[in-house]
Amino acid sequence: MRRRLNIRAALIGLLMFFAIWQLLAWIIHRPIMPSPLQVLPIFGASLFGDLGIHFLASTGRVLAAIGLAVVAAVPIGLGLGQVPKVNRIFAPLIAIVYPIPKIVFLPVIYVLMGITDISKIFLIAIIIFFQILVVVRDEAANLHPELILSVRSLGAGRRALFRYVYFPASLPAVLTALRVSVGTAIAVLFIAEQSLTTYGLGYYIVVETYQVLRYPEMYAGILAMSLLGLVLYFMIYNMELKVNRYRGEEQN
Amino acid sequence: MIAINDLTFAYSGQPPLFQDYCLHVNRGEALSIIGPSGCGKTTLLYLLAGLRHPQSGKIIIGDKPISRPRPRSGLVLQDHGLLPWQTVRENARLGLTIWGFYGSDGRHAPADEKLVPNQADQRVDDWLKKLGIEDLKNQYPLQLSRGQRQRTAIARTLAMKPDLLLMDEPFSALDAPTREDLQNFIVRLHAESDLTYIIVTHDIEVAVVMGKKILVLKKGCNQEAQIMDNACAGSTDSRMQAEFQLKCEDLRKLLGSMT
Repeated sequence: MRRRLNIRAALIGLLMFFAIWQLLAWIIHRPIMPSPLQVLPIFGASLFGDLGIHFLASTGRVLAAIGLAVVAAVPIGLGLGQVPKVNRIFAPLIAIVYPIPKIVFLPVIYVLMGITDISKIFLIAIIIFFQILVVVRDEAANLHPELILSVRSLGAGRRALFRYVYFPASLPAVLTALRVSVGTAIAVLFIAEQSLTTYGLGYYIVVETYQVLRYPEMYAGILAMSLLGLVLYFMIYNMELKVNRYRGEEQN
Repeated sequence: MIAINDLTFAYSGQPPLFQDYCLHVNRGEALSIIGPSGCGKTTLLYLLAGLRHPQSGKIIIGDKPISRPRPRSGLVLQDHGLLPWQTVRENARLGLTIWGFYGSDGRHAPADEKLVPNQADQRVDDWLKKLGIEDLKNQYPLQLSRGQRQRTAIARTLAMKPDLLLMDEPFSALDAPTREDLQNFIVRLHAESDLTYIIVTHDIEVAVVMGKKILVLKKGCNQEAQIMDNACAGSTDSRMQAEFQLKCEDLRKLLGSMT
């Protein structure tokens, strides 16, 4: 497992990010590329105002989608992984549906589920769902049969097996899948929020700022969306480090 | 202790490994099961553990026919039995943790004993000490040698206070000193308590050291229990004696005649 991110490296990264941004602002020298010195104060002030509400709306949607996807995908993945017969039936279907960019279903979902938050959350959830489904299935299929037998001999039935074997065994893979898919999830959220809502960073960036030429405010929105992705990514990354501790000092 | 009556078992699409097979094992018995690979010795052990189910016939352990793993039967496999993400101590406690998860319901866990968490911890620590792995209790299985892992698996099983210990090639992957140490440990434990144990092995010497009776299985369909009495069982120290060598020779001949 990779090392923990240290604070110094994070600061250097941030500094470089803002330095390059500032350079670009000087070179391009047009309203579409404002300086970070102009954007950061707006970001700081509006994050506790209207931008904050949009930020919370987006965060809520992503978290709800993650929750929904995990709750649905983990049990189905475990089931498929443990019952090869059923997996053989569904594996081709999953292989076909898995690579479809789910965003294309946006209109279908709107028509079927209505123009509510639920449909946006559902769209993001199905993206994450397939990522998790596939890794949990493979993880469960790769568990040593002898491990399952010996834990069953200790008295474990289905519930205890899930609690003490399947769930902890697939947790690292679930987190990795989440971390990898959270970027796509936020990208799709951005698109889904551009219409048919009045709250969310996508709406803020496109409708409230970009379309009325408030470029510095638009950049504050972009920063907020980046922050959302960044925070989710590193929160998941940290959990991964924790659950993978046992792999730390392998002997051979 | 164990009564197998008219057992018939086959894996689907294959000829039966056992047909109308009967076997009785007394309480406090030490039984080795030996035979060539594919003879069904592991299958027989899994049947006794309640992890496989016979097509017909009955397996009675204690006074009840078994249909699922029995709380007071312990099972030790060759390897892969430990949870890699749990420490030695957590692994050794797993049986008691699962017991706590269901409560003393008599189905998943023994009903004749209440489990108190503190006592459970104490019991686990005692067995870790007896098996000489107390210092390793915060390590993970990946950091251990095979012998240390097997000691952990044995501690986990013994912490459940089994009256029947089922072992499938428990020492095959270990180096000679560790193997002998653990063999003596089990033999001593058996001498000190009324533990019944059954050990499956493909190793003639292990079978003779561990089994006061040796059950020999053959490849193909087993219909009648072939049992050899063995007075040489006991400590590994007796291995150099002529009597022990003769017994091994007898067993080798018997195995040869059956294939």
